[in-house]
Amino acid sequence: MKKIISRTCNGFIVFLVFSSMYSRAQTIGGGQIHGNFQMDAQYYLKDSLIGAPDVPEKMLMNGFGNIIYTNGNFNAGLRYESYQNSMLGYPAYKGNGIPYRFASYTNDDLQITIGSFYDQFGSGMIFRTYEDRSLGYDNAMDGFRIKYKPYKGIELKGIIGNQRNYFSKGDGIVRGFDGDFFINDIFGFDEMKTKYTLGGSFVSKYQSSSDPTYKLPKNVGAYAGRLNITRSGFGLMGEYAYKINDPNASNNLIYKNGEGLFISTSYSQKGLGIILSAKRIDNMDFRSDRNASLNSLIINYLPALTKQHTYTLAAMYPYGTQSNGEFGYEGSIMYNIKKGSILGGKYGTKISLNYSLAQAIDKQKINDTIEINTSGTLGYKSDFFKLGDEKYFEDINIEISRKFSKNFKAILTYAYITYNKEIIEGHPGAPSIYANIGIADISYTINSTNTLRVEIQSLMAKQDEKDWAMLLLEYTIAPKWFFSIADLYNYNNPDTGKRFHYYNAALGFTKGTNRIALSYGKQREGITCVGGVCRAVPASNGILLTITSSF
Amino acid sequence: MKKFCLILTISMYSLMVFSQNTEKKLAQIPSVDLKTVEGKTFNSSQIENNGKPIIISFWATWCKPCCKELNTIAEVYEDWQKETGVKLIAVSIDDSRSSDKVKPLADGNNWDYEILLDPNQDFKRAMNVNMVPHMFILNGKNEIVWQHTSFSEGGELEVIDIVRKILKGEDIK
Repeated sequence: MKKIISRTCNGFIVFLVFSSMYSRAQTIGGGQIHGNFQMDAQYYLKDSLIGAPDVPEKMLMNGFGNIIYTNGNFNAGLRYESYQNSMLGYPAYKGNGIPYRFASYTNDDLQITIGSFYDQFGSGMIFRTYEDRSLGYDNAMDGFRIKYKPYKGIELKGIIGNQRNYFSKGDGIVRGFDGDFFINDIFGFDEMKTKYTLGGSFVSKYQSSSDPTYKLPKNVGAYAGRLNITRSGFGLMGEYAYKINDPNASNNLIYKNGEGLFISTSYSQKGLGIILSAKRIDNMDFRSDRNASLNSLIINYLPALTKQHTYTLAAMYPYGTQSNGEFGYEGSIMYNIKKGSILGGKYGTKISLNYSLAQAIDKQKINDTIEINTSGTLGYKSDFFKLGDEKYFEDINIEISRKFSKNFKAILTYAYITYNKEIIEGHPGAPSIYANIGIADISYTINSTNTLRVEIQSLMAKQDEKDWAMLLLEYTIAPKWFFSIADLYNYNNPDTGKRFHYYNAALGFTKGTNRIALSYGKQREGITCVGGVCRAVPASNGILLTITSSF
Repeated sequence: MKKFCLILTISMYSLMVFSQNTEKKLAQIPSVDLKTVEGKTFNSSQIENNGKPIIISFWATWCKPCCKELNTIAEVYEDWQKETGVKLIAVSIDDSRSSDKVKPLADGNNWDYEILLDPNQDFKRAMNVNMVPHMFILNGKNEIVWQHTSFSEGGELEVIDIVRKILKGEDIK
């Protein structure tokens, strides 16, 4: 079926591409066409030492092309995806096709979308569909969506459809509705400084069942309520979600209900920002197919409540949400020390302090004879406010950013990360890792467009692969060119035969929205996490070409 | 499906042929619902700056080059505004993991930008943004005249150059 679609729609794609080639926005009957393109292709070299798997095709490629047609209140678009064959780390994608296409129309306060769509209810605790190419994640809905604004301050949404599962679709049907109520607008309290928003949502999935052992619920419902209050610099938001019993592969077929609570409060004024958040997740894995695993057919979004590090060594041990149960806390303070003060220096200094903790929830036997998490039972009892014994993840980090002179800037980062490998990566018996990480990121501006940047990173741990160091040199000529070389060195690996250098050299060219980057080097085996979703990154050695463009 | 594509293709071609107004026209920004930091809905068609140029910067709290770009511009933003009247709108693509950090971070960094949230990246998709940072410059009629992806130190000079050209009425290639 997919092949047929891609073949028959070729004419349409060729037409769209050609009709748009000569200008940034070609008009057709008054409408406009836009699009974007991304291609990643890697040529793989043999490297059994670092554990890079053999690639019989030698070269692998992931490609994406989006085309959107807009004419007044009408929008239509499609995405062509091609995996020739899929790059290492995206094993479930094969072949090519048009997995995403939609049309939508807005008439006064009513918007109707048919086909594929991404949406989210509240913070996403019971429903969020989205796409993240770097993770190979796409759980788009295919069906109908209706958005309606019946009255000032009231926004309603209804959705129904199946979810995308790589190049096929999930069996389950997902239905839901959601409402946002902006209290100040509804009651005309426009002048009031304090703004209140209430919201509620309901999602249900249907999947048939013919399990010989268990009577599994065909319909699983979940609901959530939320509140958001802001008053100038102060903000408070909270959401509570509940899911009825939903025995599935992820929770080992237990009949316990699921719960989620997220609360966040913040205060900020010019030069200062403070935020505190907490959440509790209990048995909230929610998929449109109860047998699905890994990143397939997930209906809801349970992000990790931790800082998303971007420096290589700080991101070496990233946390992934434990949807079957976790407590999470996070606090951040961002402070700008004024220019001209003793501490602030001539150009001012920025300090950012962040702490996060993820810990088990309390789990107790339902009675003396049944072990915790036994299939076909209620699984366990949990005291809502009690922390479990096991620590999953902890991160305390500080970042100081200072401009010393007109052409000299530095960002210093220190982080202490505790990483429970056994839980996060599912390796029974693996020890927790305690990592001390220090990073200096120094930029020296040679003239208005030439900049040299140096990153010096160190990670020290007594467990796992022990100590790492990294040096990166990057030279940029704004706004078009960048060149970089880097070496990541596992200098103290307990296995002396594995003290590898992962070197990398890259260059890139950007002009407007066209960007071409070419890199050569080795990639270490690891995991990368964005939001609450993680992907295993296999080791590789080779030449990577990335092209992105949009019009 | 086959028929559908055929009809779609033919109808598009016929639109091309019959409508004579296929002259080049600058792109307008699409109409998409965003959120303000107070959580209110804000449609992208409401973006305006009294006929003066507008810079739209797509960014995220976890994106180092994005924060670098916005911090670099923050140092000269007051001068830019005095000189050209330009307004910068920073559209955060942070999802619910970090969207509540956007305001504290912007305030903590002393930014004077207008901040909008695009938590499920609807605006990002509609604007065909592949990755952040991605910057657009709109002229006084809200038409996109320039865009650029990625940031490196010194890139801000090109941005203000484009804004000045718009004000002079020069053609931007």
